[in-house]
Amino acid sequence: MLHGAILRSPLAHARIVSVDATAARGHPMVVAVLTGADLAERGLAWMPTLFGDLQSVLATDKVRFQGQEVAFVVATDRYAARDALELIAVDYEPLPPLMDALTALEPGAPAVREDLPGGNRVFDWSAGDKAAADAAFAAADVVVECDMLYPRSHPAPLETCGAIAEYDATSGRLTLWSTSQAPHAHRTMYAGLTGLPEHKIRIVSPDLGGGFGAKVPLYPGYVCAIAAAMETGRPVKWVEDRSESLMSTAFARDYHMHGEIAATADGEILGLRARVLADHGAFNAAAQPSKFPAGFFHIFTGSYQVRAAYCEVTGVFTNKAPGGVAYSCSFRVTEAVYLVERLTDMLAGRLGMDPAELRMRNLLRPEQFPYTSPTGWQYDSGEYPRALQLALDMAGYDKLRREQAERRARGEYMGIGLSFFTEAVGAGPRSKMDILGLGMADGADLRVHPTGKAVLSISVQSQGQGHETTFAQLVAHELGLSPDDVEVVHGDTDRTPYGLGTYGSRSTPVSGAAAVVVARKVRERARLVAAAMLEVSADDLDWQDGKWRVRGDPDQALGVGEIAMAAHSSLELPAGVEGHLDASAVYNPPNLTFPFGAYICVTDVDPGTGEVKVRRFIAVDDCGVRINPMIVEGQVHRGLADGIGIALMQVISFDEIGNCLGGSFMDYLLPTALECPSPELGATVTPSPHHPIGAKGIGESATVGSVPAVVNSVVDALAPFGVVHADMPLTPANVWLAIQGRPLRTDLSVS
Amino acid sequence: MKVTVTVNGTDYTRVVEPRLLLIHFLRDELRLTGSHWGCDTSNCGACVVWLDETPVKSCTVLAVMADGRRIATVEGLARGGALDPVQEAFAACHGLQCGFCTPGMLMTARWLLDHNPDPTADEIREAISGQVCRCTGYENIVRSVLWAAKHDNAPEGEGDRHGPRLRVAPAQGGPAVHQGAGHVHR
Repeated sequence: MLHGAILRSPLAHARIVSVDATAARGHPMVVAVLTGADLAERGLAWMPTLFGDLQSVLATDKVRFQGQEVAFVVATDRYAARDALELIAVDYEPLPPLMDALTALEPGAPAVREDLPGGNRVFDWSAGDKAAADAAFAAADVVVECDMLYPRSHPAPLETCGAIAEYDATSGRLTLWSTSQAPHAHRTMYAGLTGLPEHKIRIVSPDLGGGFGAKVPLYPGYVCAIAAAMETGRPVKWVEDRSESLMSTAFARDYHMHGEIAATADGEILGLRARVLADHGAFNAAAQPSKFPAGFFHIFTGSYQVRAAYCEVTGVFTNKAPGGVAYSCSFRVTEAVYLVERLTDMLAGRLGMDPAELRMRNLLRPEQFPYTSPTGWQYDSGEYPRALQLALDMAGYDKLRREQAERRARGEYMGIGLSFFTEAVGAGPRSKMDILGLGMADGADLRVHPTGKAVLSISVQSQGQGHETTFAQLVAHELGLSPDDVEVVHGDTDRTPYGLGTYGSRSTPVSGAAAVVVARKVRERARLVAAAMLEVSADDLDWQDGKWRVRGDPDQALGVGEIAMAAHSSLELPAGVEGHLDASAVYNPPNLTFPFGAYICVTDVDPGTGEVKVRRFIAVDDCGVRINPMIVEGQVHRGLADGIGIALMQVISFDEIGNCLGGSFMDYLLPTALECPSPELGATVTPSPHHPIGAKGIGESATVGSVPAVVNSVVDALAPFGVVHADMPLTPANVWLAIQGRPLRTDLSVS
Repeated sequence: MKVTVTVNGTDYTRVVEPRLLLIHFLRDELRLTGSHWGCDTSNCGACVVWLDETPVKSCTVLAVMADGRRIATVEGLARGGALDPVQEAFAACHGLQCGFCTPGMLMTARWLLDHNPDPTADEIREAISGQVCRCTGYENIVRSVLWAAKHDNAPEGEGDRHGPRLRVAPAQGGPAVHQGAGHVHR
């Protein structure tokens, strides 16, 4: 096997004058070097992004961000491949970089994308009813507005991205072992890119070491590995290191938001408006499948009865790494929830109301579901006040407020932060989403062997979410089997049905539904076979306690295990019934599911150092029916840690000449066991009316809900200093500066 | 350079480049892929192994520095087909999701319990604070180590006892390697 390494640009913006790989090619252990020009000859210099842009695989004209891919070296040893990178001479003509998104549309701003007609503007987009929103604001007693940044972060799965490509010229088959959350979608994209027929491409994506959205997009490294394998005729392995991962793969957020909230004097929320500048980096590679350029951002009315809402989003190119959605964000629900939850807290402050009371007053009521939001989303089900009340009870909210008052009297700064969120997961209905024209349905194949052991093949891709367990439980429950008797196969396009993969908490809402539907098909087939076995009419059989039972004589019963053997036997089956019990299903979701939750974060802030200590984190989640509570809780634990990390320490920022300041774990700080408290979890269950078992997704809820809870808590702690807002990350330095009334631009530098 | 190491009780001799990192030596030369390479900067701890009796981050130890010394990796935890209590614990308490950090966490957990058989949750958090997990929020890792502590000392069969399974002989005076798996101070 050969090893590949990528030469990356040290500059954020530069024209490539020349690339000379002669010396690298002369290295004794180097087998091949690919440059942009080499790939251009093969039609591989540019690749499609998930959002319909083109992204450079290896730069041909210029480099547009620090860390961009320039050349690919293939050697017999991984260290030698790295050595040879230093032998490649690239002559760069530096160009002024565009690092401040707020200046991207100003006259004279550096042009990032001369290849596109729109200049630095990616899109302008709006949603909602502007006139109605303006009228609501005109009628309001109180209007609160704020500029807030949801800074750029990186999902940083502990396993970086990588691939091994193998091309067999004789059979024409390409096999790519890769870190992919969406192997089938990737296969289709590789077929279009390479010209290889799709049935000759196999993507194997074994157990992933975390993903969180980072492994949804295509990356140049994968394409380089493929090109090099086809070039050399040998398997080629490429694995990025941590700095490469942080500097070049999909980031998240980077939304500069101006939010406004309008209310009556007694705290009835009337309207919301938002104006957003979205920094998309150098290519529009947002890993989100909606038909809306800003994803689901227009769900920003959140969990509240708001009469009218209107938002405008403008996307811009900058000289930063491309991406824009990855990191457990449900396609911008994260940014939307952050906006409305910060504004709600600010409104409470302005009105002198308790933030819990203000939320309770404005939450949607159970009888309003299904609820159509002012921007057109149809929430499936919810009992919001119950969840908030449970969180308040668990926290001992009134007692906490009393403690806070006592501490403040002593000069101690304790914060209590709330957030209430509504998620939108399970992408998704074809009216609202697709990936490059691919509708978002997912398949499931279920085989039941003669001895009653079952194999379920699914299209979604576990990165640690425990699909092997929960999907086995789903099938076992429907068929009266033990979960131990159900094998779950995933992560190999040759062995699984088509589907669009795991992200946006879609596995349970979509693929989980497919698994239930296919199991029920098998069960119905088993009913016909059981009827033949028992010599009764299928109509006289009831499914009860995991068996088909004769109505009126329930002891006459057959389980799927026994029925499976009979289905494979010489038993005469009713006309029109095939042998075996195997079945296939494709689930085309009719709507998203809408999990929700109420979070409370308690912090202690040291005003001298600005250090924030998260003391308690209470999280009540409602994700509908829980298939495996242990796994659900594990997902919530992770998201709460994300909230602490994103709110307090994780940021990918840049200096003015385009150097990435978050390019290693020395600089991009992740929460450790010392920063994460032992969480206190609660649950309510409001089933989804359209999911076959009433389940909703959970994977991203806590990442969405926790961040505003932490920030609200810190700002609450700082209220005595007159602080009403400070941008993330709330590092000690930034907290201290906020106390001094001098908040930082956290996207351009952090101290 | 020639390197001779004892890994999980087996002697290996290889000729390697002096710059070869121990994690790459273990994974690429010895094909012991249980230890993971996560960050290069000693921050994530997916690569934690024991060098003699000390947990080290093997991404920041050169293979040649391990010459003549004993290394214990996650592959050596289970013995005779029986999982170590810390391994059983991570399975019992949902202590892993993607599993990438798990080999390092297990090696640190084993070391902690060998030195502090009855740690508090805070002591466990301190012990693993030089390691990163992106999936669990650490809560179930802490619970797993508490579970392991409880079952480490539980009698098994007739007076048989799960003892520390990874005891290696005392260090033989090799070069000092200052790569403890403790908290990274920021």
